[in-house]
Amino acid sequence: MRTTAPDIIRRRNSLRPLGYLAALLVVGVTVVPLLFVVIGGFRTTAQVNAAPVGWPSPWVVDNYLAILGASTFWRFLWNSAVIAVIATALAVGCGAMAGFALSRYRFRGREALYGLFTVGLLFPLAVASLPLYLQLRQIGLLENPLGVAIPEAAFSLPVTILILRPFMLEIPQEVEDAATLDGASRLGFFWRILLPLSMPALSTVTVLAFVTSWNAYLLPLLVFNDQSHFTLPLGVATFQSQYSQDTARILAFTTLSMVPALGVFVLAERRIVGGLSGSVKG
Amino acid sequence: MTRRLELALLLGPALVLFVGFVLAPIGVAAYYSLYDWQGFGSLTDFVGLGNYWDVLGGAVFQSAVQHNLVIVVLSLVVQLPISVGIALLLNRKLRGRSALRLVVFAPYVLSEATTAVIWLLILQPGGFVDQALSSFGLHGLIRQWLADPKVVLLTLFVVITWKYIGFGIILLLAGLQGIPTELREAAALDGASAWQATRQVVLPLLGPTIRIWIFLSVIGSLQVFDVVWIMTLGGPANASTTMATYLIDHGFKRYEFGYGSAVAVVLFIICFAFALLYQRFALRRDTEGALR
Repeated sequence: MRTTAPDIIRRRNSLRPLGYLAALLVVGVTVVPLLFVVIGGFRTTAQVNAAPVGWPSPWVVDNYLAILGASTFWRFLWNSAVIAVIATALAVGCGAMAGFALSRYRFRGREALYGLFTVGLLFPLAVASLPLYLQLRQIGLLENPLGVAIPEAAFSLPVTILILRPFMLEIPQEVEDAATLDGASRLGFFWRILLPLSMPALSTVTVLAFVTSWNAYLLPLLVFNDQSHFTLPLGVATFQSQYSQDTARILAFTTLSMVPALGVFVLAERRIVGGLSGSVKG
Repeated sequence: MTRRLELALLLGPALVLFVGFVLAPIGVAAYYSLYDWQGFGSLTDFVGLGNYWDVLGGAVFQSAVQHNLVIVVLSLVVQLPISVGIALLLNRKLRGRSALRLVVFAPYVLSEATTAVIWLLILQPGGFVDQALSSFGLHGLIRQWLADPKVVLLTLFVVITWKYIGFGIILLLAGLQGIPTELREAAALDGASAWQATRQVVLPLLGPTIRIWIFLSVIGSLQVFDVVWIMTLGGPANASTTMATYLIDHGFKRYEFGYGSAVAVVLFIICFAFALLYQRFALRRDTEGALR
């Protein structure tokens, strides 16, 4: 008996309810913990302790207001932002220049150098942490935002170059020749033509470097002792251990700390997802 | 001549950063690892490979390696099939698919620290998870999730899975979208069942994506630190120590800089050896490997 097109369609459709079921399950598992934290922030600790699973009754906003009204949360947020901006600017700036050199210049050892940078993907920060710490102590960068931002930029370089170089390689030679005919120097071509043309790849690596720095935990943990320097991830972990009796307050604090990451993610989802799946496909 | 100058100008900053803050520290770690040293004063107490023997012979480090391996194996055996299954199911025209993508991926953008704190809160004894279980009549399943040495590693694995599985699903979905639907339809016309078409047409074509996923997953599992450190500090009684928490514990809590450096080198060598072997035997077939 021959299989007809409607058969195929029917067969594919028969799996659709299963698809929805899987989707529902995945959404549930993902969202329930998040909802517990967000909604729990609207309860009092007494409510949470009495019935961990439950709705706020009554809804209280004091936890959120207290955190938003005090300086701690804002300071962590500011520290994270300063470090992430510096780290991203350094990584993308240096990475773009290196990507340009590694893609549009011909010189001996070019591929080896590119290989060296990409092998850097394998170096976890933890491996370098002890000497890095001593090095930062020696140059006086402990308790300094730069002491976190500079190494973070360095560790973001491999993925930045890995994404930028192939992109820059694919911009046709004719574009460069035309620019040269119009009297542009190589660096002029880089600045005025190549960089604007590379915007898609540049925005991907920008988001990646920013998110990596924003979420980093180990390096800030090693570099900062003084709480006024803490970044948001470090702050959340510390807040959790300091106020361990006041569950509702930790819930609210954790919720607020998720807002920037989730907000940026919703706005830049395509860049992040595209960047990540693109970067691993080379 | 100007060309040389340009090259130096363009490559200089990246090289200084990369060599100064990535390569040099790793090289220096190898040097420190040969000394018995507390991080202050000069390196005088040369012990050769002594630190390495202590590391490799130590029971706690051996169990740390074991814990990493457990996470590696669980990831491959549990996360991979779930990710592939969910990706296959989501790769249909479901209503609200883009919203779904957003939700599935959300935990991945949260910091490890936030993830760890969220799970600390819902796993509190008598907390959300325990109460939810008992309201379903599953009292018997309640454990001391983070205090029972037999359970803690599995609990951490669940947390890690929650955080990272979305990444795998998105990766696999991207791979699936590169497979033309005509192939599946052609298989169906030739009389293949949906399962056969998936098994013999789609999965092989998904191979490169799966191999990349395995690579990233293994490297990530070997290096896992943040979630474990915040949730258990490697405890109770070292039941959840990983190589990375062991390293930070000895280096920064006990100031055993020489010994800690030896741990770092071992961790690095394990990751590097895996990457080389994997590259040689598994990724070679793919035209564009991540580490090419």
